[in-house]
Amino acid sequence: MFSPKLRGGVHPPGHKELSNASPIRLAPLAERLYLSLQQHLGAPATPIVKVGERVRKGQLVASSQGAISAPIHAPTSGVVRALAEHTAPHPSGLPVLVITLEPDGREEWDPSLTPLSDPLALPPEELCLRVGSAGIVGLGGATFPAAVKLISSLQRGVDTLILNGGECEPYLSCDDRLMREEPEHIIQGALLMQHAVQARRVVIGIEDNKPQALAAMRRAAEGQGVEIRSVPSRYPMGSEKQLVQLLTGIELPAMSRAADSGVLMHNVATARAVYQAIYLGRPLISRIVTLSGQALTHQGNWEVPLGTPASYLINYASGFNCAPARLIMGGPMMGIQLPDLNVPVIKGTSGILALTREEINSDEPGPCVRCASCVRACPMGLQPLEMAANIRNGDFEKARSLGLNDCVGCGACSYICPASLPLVHLFNYAKGELANRQREARKMEKTRVLAQRREERVTRQAREREELMAARRAAAARKAAEEEEAAGEESPS
Amino acid sequence: MLVSILPLAGLGTLLGFLLGVASRVLYVERSDLAQEIEALLPGTQCGQCGNPSCGAAAEAAAAGELPPAFCPPGGRAVAEAVAAKLGLSLDLASLVEERPRLAEINEDLCIGCTRCYKVCPTDAIAGAAKQMHVVFADACTACGKCEEVCPTECIRLVVVTETLQSWAWNQPSL
Repeated sequence: MFSPKLRGGVHPPGHKELSNASPIRLAPLAERLYLSLQQHLGAPATPIVKVGERVRKGQLVASSQGAISAPIHAPTSGVVRALAEHTAPHPSGLPVLVITLEPDGREEWDPSLTPLSDPLALPPEELCLRVGSAGIVGLGGATFPAAVKLISSLQRGVDTLILNGGECEPYLSCDDRLMREEPEHIIQGALLMQHAVQARRVVIGIEDNKPQALAAMRRAAEGQGVEIRSVPSRYPMGSEKQLVQLLTGIELPAMSRAADSGVLMHNVATARAVYQAIYLGRPLISRIVTLSGQALTHQGNWEVPLGTPASYLINYASGFNCAPARLIMGGPMMGIQLPDLNVPVIKGTSGILALTREEINSDEPGPCVRCASCVRACPMGLQPLEMAANIRNGDFEKARSLGLNDCVGCGACSYICPASLPLVHLFNYAKGELANRQREARKMEKTRVLAQRREERVTRQAREREELMAARRAAAARKAAEEEEAAGEESPS
Repeated sequence: MLVSILPLAGLGTLLGFLLGVASRVLYVERSDLAQEIEALLPGTQCGQCGNPSCGAAAEAAAAGELPPAFCPPGGRAVAEAVAAKLGLSLDLASLVEERPRLAEINEDLCIGCTRCYKVCPTDAIAGAAKQMHVVFADACTACGKCEEVCPTECIRLVVVTETLQSWAWNQPSL
C-alpha cells in the first residue's frame, strides 16, 4: 500500500511537549495596546478614530484600503491615546503606524455587533463580505485577507476546501491546543467557509504527532460531511503546496493562487475566527499565541488581545529564567528574529520563542562542500547549492531559471546545511533584487515614454511659435507696406 | 607541368571571383548597434555620463569608447544589459551602488519661478507661475537637471526613505 509521503523535508526536534500539555489561558489586558495598521498583506488600514475618542470592544477603529486589505477592531473598550509610530514586528525593525489604546477595564462590547442564528441560509457572497468586515486574515502566519481569498475562490469555483491543521513548525502548539479544546467551532467555521465558496468537499489535514487533536476533531466531524486525514509529521508538511499535493495530488504552480487549481486552504484558527465572527458576531480581536523556548520560565498557550506588547505577555508568563540567545516571533524555521520584545502582538503572531544558546545554531557559515544535503531536503525539488552559488556571483537571472520563484522559503535547506550557510537569506535577497529590477525596468519604460512625449510637445510648440511669428511678421510687413502706400499718396503735394 | 598549374590557378581565380561576388550579393546588413544600446538607456538625456544625449552616449559605447557601466541612473541593471549587448565582461566593483534618489521640493523655500519644470525631461514636476510646485515621484528619474536651475536650492535629490513596503533583504555577508 503506497503511503503518501512528503518530498524531501527535514525532521527537526519538535519540542512541542514544552507548551502543548496545558490548556489555553486568557492573557489579561496590558496598560496599553498597540494596534498596528499593517497586520495583514496588502495596503495598511486607515484609522477612523481620533485621539481621545472612547471606543467599545469590537468597534471598527481602522477601515480597509483598496482591494487587498483588512479592517481593524478594538480588542477591548477604552480610550484612544495616540496615533503614532511604533517598532513593527518585522525583520527590518522599521516603524509602523499604530493606534494606542488605553483599556478602561470594563470590556464593554460594541452594541451593534449581532450574532446570526442561521448563517448557512445567507447567500455565499454575503458570508464572504461578513468575513471581510470582521477583519479576518490568514492566522497561519501569512495574514492574507481571508475575504479576498474567499471571494476569488467563489468566483473561480473551487472543488476542495482544505483546513490546515499541520502546524509543522517546532515549538508551536497553538493550533494543536485549539483543535483539542474547540473542535466543534473549527468544524462549524469550516462548514461556513464551504458554503461561502460552494466547495464540494472539505478535508482537514492534521499531523500525526497530534493524536489527541486528531481524536477530538474526528469526534466533532462525525456526520458533518468533513473528512479528517492524518498526514506525516515532517517539516514542512504544513506548507500550502505540500499539504495540497499530499491530500489531493494537485501540484500548485509557482506564483499562482491555489484557487486557480480548484483548491482553497485556510488555517484551523482562521476557521474558528470565522465561526466567532458569523455565529457570535465578534470581529477578530485576539489570537492564540504559543510562548515557548527553554529560556522562558513558563511555556504554554495564551489567548492574547491584539496589540499586547510582547514584553508584557512574557512578563505575565513569569519571564525568563536565563538570558535568551535569540528571540523569535513565529516558528524557528520561518519566523522573524526580534531585536527586543518592544513589539506588539499582531494577527500573524503564532508564537513568541525565547531560545537558549543550546537551542540555536550560532556557527559561522563555512564553505559549501557541495554535499547536496540541501537538494535532498528541498520539498520543492530545487537545487539550493546551485542557486546559492549563482546568487553569490551576482547572477540572479540564472538563479531564477533554476527555479528561485518556486522556493517557499521553508528553511529546510538552511537547517540541514552542515556548513551553516544562510541559504534562505540568500534566496530572499535574490527574490528582492529581482523584484526591484522588474520595478525599475517598468519605471524606465514609463519615463522613456514621458520623455518622448515631452520632446514631441517641445518641438511642436517651437514649430507653432515659429509659424505664429512668421504670420505676425507677414501681417506687420503687409501693414507697413499699406501705410507706406497711404503715406506716398498723401505726401506729394 | 602546365597541366597541373593551369587548372589549379584557374580554380583559384574562379573561386576567388565567386567569393568576391558573394561578399557583395550575400552581404548581411549589420543592425545598428548604437540604436540597440540607446533602447536600453533611460532616454532622459540627463547628461550624468558626460555625453550630451543618450543617443550620443550609445554611439560612443558602440564604438567602444565607454565602459559598460557608464550610465549612473541606469544602475546595475542597465550596466549588465549593455555589457551583455557588447559582449564585454562587467567589472562589478566599479559600480557604485547608490541608494535610489528622488527630487523633493522644500515647500518653505519654493517661490514658484517655474524654472525646474521647464527643464524636467519627463515632465515630473507640476506647477505654474507663483504657484507651489510638486514632484511626481513615479515619473522622476533623479537626473538632477532641476537641482541645477533652482534659484533658491529648494529642490534637491534626496535619498528615498525606506518604508515597510519598499524594504528588501540585504545581501548576507559570506
